[in-house]
Amino acid sequence: MHYSVCVNTHACTGKTSSSGGVGNSFFRYLGHQQQAGNGCNHQGLNQNHQPQPADGPETQALPMPIPDPPIQYTKLFINNEWHESGSGRKIPVYNPATGKLLCEVEEADSEDVDKAVRSARAAFQMGSPWRSMDASDRGQLLNRLADLVERDRLLLATLEALDSGKVFLMAYFVDLVATIKTLRYYGGWADKIHGKTIPVDGDYFTYTRHEPIGVCGQIIPWNFPVMMFAWKIAPALCCGNTVVIKPAEQTPLSALHMAALIKEAGFPPGVVNVVPGYGQTAGCAISHHMDIDKVAFTGSTAVGKLIQKAAGDSNLKRVTLELGGKNPNIVFADCDLQYAVEQAHSGLFFNQGQCCLAGSRVFVEEPIYQEFVCRSVEKARSKVLGNPLQPGVDQGPQIDQKQFDKIMELIESGKREGATLECGGSAWGQQGLFIQPTVFSNVTDDMRIAKEEIFGPVQQIMCFRSIHEVIQRANATHYGLAAGVFTSDIDKALTVSSALQAGMVWVNCYNAMSVQCPFGGFKMSGNGRELGEYALQEYTEVKAVTIKISQKNS
Amino acid sequence: MLRNDATEGGGRVAQLAVALAASGRCQCPLVCKKNKMIRTVLSRTFPRLNRLSVCHYSAVAIPTPSTQPDVHYNKLFINNQWQDAASGKTFPTINPATGEVICQIAEADEADVDKAVKVARDAFRLGSPWRRMDASHRGLLLYRLADAIERDAAYLAELETLDNGKPYAVSYTVDLPNVVKCFRYYAGWADKWEGKTIPIDGDYFCYTRHEPIGVCGQIIPWNFPLLMQAWKLGPALATGNTVVMKVAEQTPLTALYVASLIKEVGFPEGVVNILAGMGPSAGAAIARHMDVDKVAFTGSTEVGHLIQQASGSSNLKKVTLELGGKSPNIILSDANMEDAVEQSHFALFFNQGQCCCAGSRTYVQADIYDEFVERSVERAKRRVVGNPFDLKTEQGPQVDQEQFNKILGYISSGKREGAKLMCGGGVAADRGYFIQPTVFGDVEDNMTIAREEIFGPVMQILKFKTLEEVVTRANDTKYGLAAAVFTKDIDKANYVSNGLRAGTIWINCYDVFGAQAPFGGYKASGNGRELGEYGLDNYTEIKTVTIKVPQKNS
Repeated sequence: MHYSVCVNTHACTGKTSSSGGVGNSFFRYLGHQQQAGNGCNHQGLNQNHQPQPADGPETQALPMPIPDPPIQYTKLFINNEWHESGSGRKIPVYNPATGKLLCEVEEADSEDVDKAVRSARAAFQMGSPWRSMDASDRGQLLNRLADLVERDRLLLATLEALDSGKVFLMAYFVDLVATIKTLRYYGGWADKIHGKTIPVDGDYFTYTRHEPIGVCGQIIPWNFPVMMFAWKIAPALCCGNTVVIKPAEQTPLSALHMAALIKEAGFPPGVVNVVPGYGQTAGCAISHHMDIDKVAFTGSTAVGKLIQKAAGDSNLKRVTLELGGKNPNIVFADCDLQYAVEQAHSGLFFNQGQCCLAGSRVFVEEPIYQEFVCRSVEKARSKVLGNPLQPGVDQGPQIDQKQFDKIMELIESGKREGATLECGGSAWGQQGLFIQPTVFSNVTDDMRIAKEEIFGPVQQIMCFRSIHEVIQRANATHYGLAAGVFTSDIDKALTVSSALQAGMVWVNCYNAMSVQCPFGGFKMSGNGRELGEYALQEYTEVKAVTIKISQKNS
Repeated sequence: MLRNDATEGGGRVAQLAVALAASGRCQCPLVCKKNKMIRTVLSRTFPRLNRLSVCHYSAVAIPTPSTQPDVHYNKLFINNQWQDAASGKTFPTINPATGEVICQIAEADEADVDKAVKVARDAFRLGSPWRRMDASHRGLLLYRLADAIERDAAYLAELETLDNGKPYAVSYTVDLPNVVKCFRYYAGWADKWEGKTIPIDGDYFCYTRHEPIGVCGQIIPWNFPLLMQAWKLGPALATGNTVVMKVAEQTPLTALYVASLIKEVGFPEGVVNILAGMGPSAGAAIARHMDVDKVAFTGSTEVGHLIQQASGSSNLKKVTLELGGKSPNIILSDANMEDAVEQSHFALFFNQGQCCCAGSRTYVQADIYDEFVERSVERAKRRVVGNPFDLKTEQGPQVDQEQFNKILGYISSGKREGAKLMCGGGVAADRGYFIQPTVFGDVEDNMTIAREEIFGPVMQILKFKTLEEVVTRANDTKYGLAAAVFTKDIDKANYVSNGLRAGTIWINCYDVFGAQAPFGGYKASGNGRELGEYGLDNYTEIKTVTIKVPQKNS
């Protein structure tokens, strides 16, 4: 699930790339997954500057998106059936690259959420097929779902690119791989979530059961629609919960296709319910619902606060939040400069800059500052914008007009507040919501572009002099999601990584994510962790059972 | 996954099939089939299938077996290639149902073990494809191996029955599903076997890496050839070791076929090497090899001593042992009689009595003793002994002439030492190694049949009066593998289960295995645990890495 994918793009398009990087590993992995490999396809995994093996993917035909893919699923998925919305209203779904309407999808409102919660609750009843199923079978269902996603990978990647505007090859090689790996990973956990037996004082025998929480509401964003879907449902289902999930109104298509696969895989009715809708209606209904036991939300910090309040106002449902970030990426003068430039570039521009993890405050040590800016600008200028379905394109459109306007407004503020616009700064193309890759230098910490999450292709590069200064500046934010540090000095690496207030710290890499590794934020970047073993805690209640015994023995 | 109600004695075997069984796709048809067979065989209450099956409720009949499956592989599997023994020697493998030779098998001895260890060492060198592979990809290879075994399950079950003599209905519904399940279980662990970071005193950063041990020698028995192979390979490969496995000379066929699947699914060369050979030559060569880092052995306690000695006199390789047992099965007078009789019958007679965990000392409380013996005899007399390919057969032949002779010798000693032969006691067919289901009553603790492992269809029923007495007597053995207690009283269940010195305790059940639950022995029954998360410990070296940091902060 490594995201360092600008590299990938080059590999995809057959260009030579000087840094194989984690992105390559990703690409390579997938390229070979279907083969009865000899294991050798993993040479170079996580190794930088590793040449591609002779049978590498660049010698194979690249996948092409399905032309005019059929959009089969546009209704609400409740109890393993397709439903029209109670209100009869529909959501128009657009292609952000063209502004054209793709289709209309049923719009869930509180009435539909109620229906979904009822079916999720029924599926969670004691003695239900889902509750009485072996944990290993839950795991096997998730494995099967992974197999189905693998089968439909091309279609899902096409839908994802059409619906979200992300580059098709990125969708194919990053989002879909991450989705498949997440489902498999949690498939493996299902029968490994161990309770404990505990040596309590007295003549008692105590053990813990890790039980599912119950009905989980899940609200996911539009930047990685299918991957976020997997991140949310996989741990929830592996722990035995049932789910009512609301995909973003901008990007419901891949989630609805996933719903069909969930049914095909054999999940019992009501275990997963998918209700596309708007935040203020369907999302609000989930977070306020009295019969939802837990809500998980990924999105903006502003909405995260609303979710937390709604839980307080209603039934004190458990809340996990993955919110915004303004992530520092700290580059010391002793680093490998070109590599750091490339990682910082992909750390910001990946996915049109629409990542909560985006390294949007690049702190560069003074001796290399000018050179770093110069090379970063060159890199940004080399980016190819265009139709995300076309090969060779690095950057697609932003998701919607609202985001587009917000990004443009922040670019203006940067200019106004005195940052140096090194390149970009304007809209691009005749149609669609494209923004030129933009680099600001001479950014100071008090500027809006240094404080607010832009969520677009706009890179801020700041200058620093000392390690203590940069630690302090990096931490001077409400956010605490991720951070990067580039240095060849082990002491600096350990000092900075310990001092940064962030849920993920990458040393000499950026966006090096993996399903095994927990993800989440300090401070106002969130609450709880997704991925890894840690995520299981967010979807389990611990029950301590104590039994009186006649005589305790060790 | 499907579990019978368990209170009606009926599906004793079904319960094992079920409890043992279950690996997603394959398991359900198998279990369904198993239940069908049970219905035919026992004409008992059909176990209610009250749990959801991930196989979509399908119930497919056990496929009609070919009684003469083709043998495709009879050589040594080294470095993903088939090789003749260096000596050119072969040995015959025998069909125990007829005493006829099935085919000749290449016989490994020391020279071949050396060759296998060399390639396993090479596959384990730093930078090799296997060492550099993502842990999740090791897991994926194990998933693929499980899929391939599942695909060929019917053939493998035929081969297992041909070579080992166990009823095909059992091979197909118990052994094969559990093999698949075991590989899937450990596939999931591959990327979840996590080290720790540790808050040590001082200005240091400390973490542990869980590294594979290296080249593992594995020596497996003939009673569950495929399953023992899975128990050994699953954790060793999930944790990244390489393997030189010696399979029992009585039952080499299925292991060699699985070797071909290991190659097919893409394990790199040298990671798994499978040799058929004799204990005193090939087995001894593994145990005393200076370049084997670990040896795991399942078999008799007698040979377990030799393995441990060989380690001590060579390179102190790590040793894990799963050895013999004389497992007590304690029936209290408040137990459900019918269920206890059926389960105790099953506990002893399953797999022709060739189980290290066989409940071979059945302790029955005095007030129900006579009825219990009477019912057990009645049940044993009904046991269907015959052609293992006949789906009605419950009991096939013993594995070879040596075991056959040994068991008959024990029966004689029982008679000689004054136990009361209630049924059986003789040979059951005029060819092959069939022995009548045999029950001894009035067995005393000092009789040979109450002290030594018989490993055959010979049940000893002993009488006891009090809980304290039976716990003392049950523990009065050098073994400590498994034990069971049947009672409805929660205090008695807790008292006895805490008091017994055994690695596995079953309460109101017997032979309930899951890949998730550890298995291994106290005392002379072994060393270490297989299965479950605990099984990973036996294949891991822990490396503590401590790094000086300029300043420690919490």
